[in-house]
Amino acid sequence: MKLIAAMSGGVDSAVAAARTHEAGHEVIGVHLALSSNPQKYRSGARGCCTIEDSHDARRAADVIGIPFYIWDMAEEFHDGVVENFIAEYAAGRTPNPCLRCNEKIKFAAVLDRARAMGFDGVVTGHYAITHEGQMGKTLHRAVDNSKDQSYVLSVLTIEQIAGAIFPLGDTTKVDVRREAKARGLYVANKPDSHDICFVPSGDNAGWLHQRLGSKVGPIVDQDGTQVGEHKGAYTYTIGQRKGLGLSVPTIDGSPRFVLKVEPLTNTVVVGPREDLAVTRMVGEKSVWCGPAVGPDRNRGFVQVRAHGQPLPCTYYFDNDLLIAELDEPLLGLATGQQMAIYDGDRVVGSATICETQQ
Amino acid sequence: MPVYLDHAATTPMADVAVEVMTHQLTKLGNPSSLHSYGRDVRKDLEGAREEIAIALDCHPSEVIFTASGTEANNTALKGLYWKGQGVGRNVVVISSIEHHAILDPAQWLALHEGAEVIEIGVDSNGIIHLGELEDVISRRGDEIAVISIMSSNNETGVVQPIDKVVDLARLGSIPVHSDAVQSFGKIPLSFRQLGLTAMSLSAHKMGGPIGVGALVLRKGFDIPALLHGGGQERDIRSGTFNAPSILAFAAAVKENSQDFADRNARVRRLRHQLANGILERVPDAYVNGIEVERLPGIVNVTIPGTESDTLQLLLDNEGIACSTGSACSAGVQRPSHVLLAMGHTDVTARSSIRFSLGVASSEFDVEQVLLALPSVIERARMANLR
Repeated sequence: MKLIAAMSGGVDSAVAAARTHEAGHEVIGVHLALSSNPQKYRSGARGCCTIEDSHDARRAADVIGIPFYIWDMAEEFHDGVVENFIAEYAAGRTPNPCLRCNEKIKFAAVLDRARAMGFDGVVTGHYAITHEGQMGKTLHRAVDNSKDQSYVLSVLTIEQIAGAIFPLGDTTKVDVRREAKARGLYVANKPDSHDICFVPSGDNAGWLHQRLGSKVGPIVDQDGTQVGEHKGAYTYTIGQRKGLGLSVPTIDGSPRFVLKVEPLTNTVVVGPREDLAVTRMVGEKSVWCGPAVGPDRNRGFVQVRAHGQPLPCTYYFDNDLLIAELDEPLLGLATGQQMAIYDGDRVVGSATICETQQ
Repeated sequence: MPVYLDHAATTPMADVAVEVMTHQLTKLGNPSSLHSYGRDVRKDLEGAREEIAIALDCHPSEVIFTASGTEANNTALKGLYWKGQGVGRNVVVISSIEHHAILDPAQWLALHEGAEVIEIGVDSNGIIHLGELEDVISRRGDEIAVISIMSSNNETGVVQPIDKVVDLARLGSIPVHSDAVQSFGKIPLSFRQLGLTAMSLSAHKMGGPIGVGALVLRKGFDIPALLHGGGQERDIRSGTFNAPSILAFAAAVKENSQDFADRNARVRRLRHQLANGILERVPDAYVNGIEVERLPGIVNVTIPGTESDTLQLLLDNEGIACSTGSACSAGVQRPSHVLLAMGHTDVTARSSIRFSLGVASSEFDVEQVLLALPSVIERARMANLR
């Protein structure tokens, strides 16, 4: 096959490209320039979009022996990922930008461009597995549970999965690093990237403050009594306990948690831990990674964070909404998070949580 | 078989240059030493300087070897500026289509040394507006420290009227420097006849090795140095003489001079074939600067509906090496400042690609490009519509 390997400059995408090339495919490495004004050097483990990272990617491509190009996706990234991130927070939801990047950039803008240019698909270093079977090409969890990235890929459509190649799904991270070293790839020991790549300081709240302002508002309890003051509702996360700075303690001294963020009234609602419990979640904008889910109730698992636990549930699709009913209550779930449904290790699909119920 | 059409980036070393360089690498001696080892190398090195001076129609002492064309440009522009600054001249006049090795030092002089930089624009064919230059000289002539206009443009190959620039500058007694990195070896260059104060050259664009260039600087016209040290080159450039590279440079120059007309006529014929072939196959394509005199080997073509980095990737995939405008430090393609100055929009400037032929190019190369291009363009246009 003729393939584009998306190379971030990290060890995973380098080994993924090397394996694909070694398997006899015609591979071209592409680094995505996602920032119109990139930082020169990488600081610690943050981000993957510095000039240093693009040099690392180029060096890896040279060592592997494949051509290398840089594609400017800064505009697409800004419009599709960064703007979405800000808008979601402004609306009181908690977005996952990595997921949006996969949905709108890597397996949309890049895959579309690759296909138009005559390539068959896009190779990435994601830890996930695809299988060809009776259901067509399906998406599954990686063997390395601690690195499994099927959650952030649960936004891909069947069409996108058809063009996606994940060569690392059968390998542990430790072995990937070992293999990188054996292949003479300098990035073998490069730290994993964490946090959000376009917030190089790692200070999400500060970054959001700069863009959304710091509008002071009340922190209230469930009766509506003001118990404190905040400097921008969007910097609070459901389930958050620390850093609330409440001026009125509870009678029994029990801690309070953020239960709700209401951007329209700029209000943060706090309450006791038990009120965080969620047993039913409703998601909109569903995407199916295989056969579509219907109104019949199915048993499976739902996952709501990138490295969260799979929670046993009953799920079904009704009236354009994906619903999951949990066997056990879950504490602290924010709207805006993605709910990914699994049938065993197969990703069924996902939706963006728009409502939670106790 | 791969096809190399990026000779303006760098071109193969002449066989004779490789031979001379390889031989010289085995010889011991610093040309600045007084003993027999030093004398031996020095004799050959000064012979090389004379050879290059003959080709350029200048005095040997006017040739100052540098490590690159970029160094020559920096030395000339900064040195001439500082010299002028000493007598109250702080204006630097350049064209808007200069190579970054002039644009960036000019910006640096503005930022750090109090220079005022005036850029002279170009017309739609990429030729500088002489009227604009004349106007600046008549108004500000006694403030101008240096005028630097390239001999020919590296992206389009368009040749600039340097003789007329020098005529205008003479009225204000203004030193003129010309970046002749692309011109040397491709079009006749007489330092004396042009009447320039300074000129920059690079060996690897015309069959010499990478890592050596020259600043030709009028005799008796000394400028402050960039590199201080042993003062090897008229105290304007310090650093141990790079004898193997300089000798190889001279060998390439000598060979080039011997069949100058024939080789360039051959390259020019190939360029016509390539340009005409592209225009036949892609009716809405156009060659930038087609109406004016250009270097024999450069075809800069705009192909509407495409993006140059896509074209380059797909051509590379077909085994064809060519180039796009410049990329920023992150490696992202930027619209060429040269094409923008010629009146292109961001979009059309990004739809342009440069093929550059050299002495080693053949009809086969041209045929391969013409064979691959229609399908490449079709795919590039699809990718652009995504």
